[in-house]
Amino acid sequence: MSALLDAHLVASRGAFTLDIHLEIAPGETVALLGPNGAGKTTALRTLAGLTALTGGHLRLDGRDLTALPPEKRPIGVVFQDYLLFPHLSARDNVAFGPRRHGMDRRSAHAVADKWLDRVGLGSHGARKPRQLSGGQAQRVALARALAVDPQLLLLDEPLAALDARTRLETRGELRRHLADHPGATLLVTHDPLDALVLADRLVIVEQGRVVQEGDAATITARPRTDYVARLVGLNLYRGSGDGHTVVVADDFTLTSTDTVSGDAFVAFPPSAVALHLSEPSGSPRNTWPAVLTDIQHHGDNLRVRLDGPITVSADITPAAAAQLDLSPGRALWVAVKATETRAYPAV
Amino acid sequence: MKTARVPVPLLIPAILGLIFLILPLAGLLVRTPWATLFDRLAEPGVVEALRLSLITSTLATVVCLVLGVPLAWMLARVTFPGRRLVRALITVPLVLPPVVGGIALLLALGRRGIVGQWLDSTFGITLPFTTAGVVIAEAFVALPFLVIAVEGALRGADSRFEEAAATLGSTRWTTFTHVTLPLVAPGIAAGAVLCWARALGEFGATITFAGNYPGITQTMPLAVYQTMESGDLEGAVVLSLILLVVSVAILAGLRDRWLTTP
Repeated sequence: MSALLDAHLVASRGAFTLDIHLEIAPGETVALLGPNGAGKTTALRTLAGLTALTGGHLRLDGRDLTALPPEKRPIGVVFQDYLLFPHLSARDNVAFGPRRHGMDRRSAHAVADKWLDRVGLGSHGARKPRQLSGGQAQRVALARALAVDPQLLLLDEPLAALDARTRLETRGELRRHLADHPGATLLVTHDPLDALVLADRLVIVEQGRVVQEGDAATITARPRTDYVARLVGLNLYRGSGDGHTVVVADDFTLTSTDTVSGDAFVAFPPSAVALHLSEPSGSPRNTWPAVLTDIQHHGDNLRVRLDGPITVSADITPAAAAQLDLSPGRALWVAVKATETRAYPAV
Repeated sequence: MKTARVPVPLLIPAILGLIFLILPLAGLLVRTPWATLFDRLAEPGVVEALRLSLITSTLATVVCLVLGVPLAWMLARVTFPGRRLVRALITVPLVLPPVVGGIALLLALGRRGIVGQWLDSTFGITLPFTTAGVVIAEAFVALPFLVIAVEGALRGADSRFEEAAATLGSTRWTTFTHVTLPLVAPGIAAGAVLCWARALGEFGATITFAGNYPGITQTMPLAVYQTMESGDLEGAVVLSLILLVVSVAILAGLRDRWLTTP
């Protein structure tokens, strides 16, 4: 499948430079995931034509869009806070795009009604945006963006403004609509769950650069930066591999059942970390002394951070925590089984 | 809420200030010849001045809207070199004594003025001492009020709505008419009312640039002045009362919609 969107986005502002390649196939949804200030929204704005590119190229279906103003681009945008026109009804908001594309009022209203029906708001057409709930406004914004039949649909944190409960419902619905969209879709988010549920492929940006991309399974199994590792909840270390061992700090080696050589990552989940009061003996291949620095609730368990030759996060049960008499400053032994770690090449 | 004790050094000037503002208005009402009021109101001079005032201030407001809204939009939405200078220039007529404004207008648009000369020789148009001159004098003085009010409204309005419109295929002009204008309509209306009130009360620039000819350029404030000068205090009071009623009516109308302070 050849790419519908083929973009190399370069935009500089002050000291910050965005420089990323993006390719999206027809019908594919790509999530642009990254921490705040990574350049995600800038990337979306350059695609929409709201921020000028200072370099690179932007082709959609073989057509060069670089010099086109936003109104001439075959795109639809769902903004983070939706930006529904407050003076227009939901129907007129959705009909706004078709009207600007030369459709007469009646046809535009028919298109709007069709889209409102599709997002389950057929009976809400006459309402003004302020009379809609957050979830409803999100759906109207989606209908408005799709009503112009965009080749490229852009969503900027589409669920960020919703409360947790509405978010869950809306996420499922959004997934259905994105699956039906024949064009390319780019979703900008900082929420890994949104990205994992909604996107076919993840592109992770940090400081204006792509640091990792691939499907969810690959990224969650083999994170390549601290940000990604934290995102998917793994401890991640980079070092020099030699067979089953990887040197990750001065004189400190982690052992894995995987085989690597040269520049390599080692990753393991916090749940694989066991804590002991004295040096453990037996099967674990990785043990080291450490000092507890932080304890936080994490679901039903506690997540603790430990300093030592390497910094590590561990998940333990409240019962275990009580038994170990955990408090910051406490000296402990850390154990991680070799079978619970994954080692993979960094290049 | 329980009111705390107000310090006397603040209380007394506050009360004096209030009296200072209200006393003259009360004086106006006390001296109004209520018995003969309706007869005096019906005098042809009064009706004519009122009619002229309403027409010229309304036309001046229209001129201000046509020129001022695009100007405000340029200041709020377009970055161009010298924008700060332009904004400063716009506020000059705001602080300029209106009489000086009238003289400036005369020098520019008068029969011997730089533009007026050309208007006269090319089109045979003379502006000073005509009703059109009144409209121009009023618009000159009132325009800054409108521009400042509308620019404030535009800056307060979220320009991302305009970006959203652009992504939906709307050109900048259509966005202006279909999104920006409806969003800032209350601000424009408030600006227009302020502008109209300013034009209605205009005196200095009008009398300097357009003169004081009953039926042609004599608006209400000019009529008040002339009636007073001719020794007819009662007549001046009646004319003043009309202006007071109109002003208060505007203020009351505005308060309900746009001027309510939080």
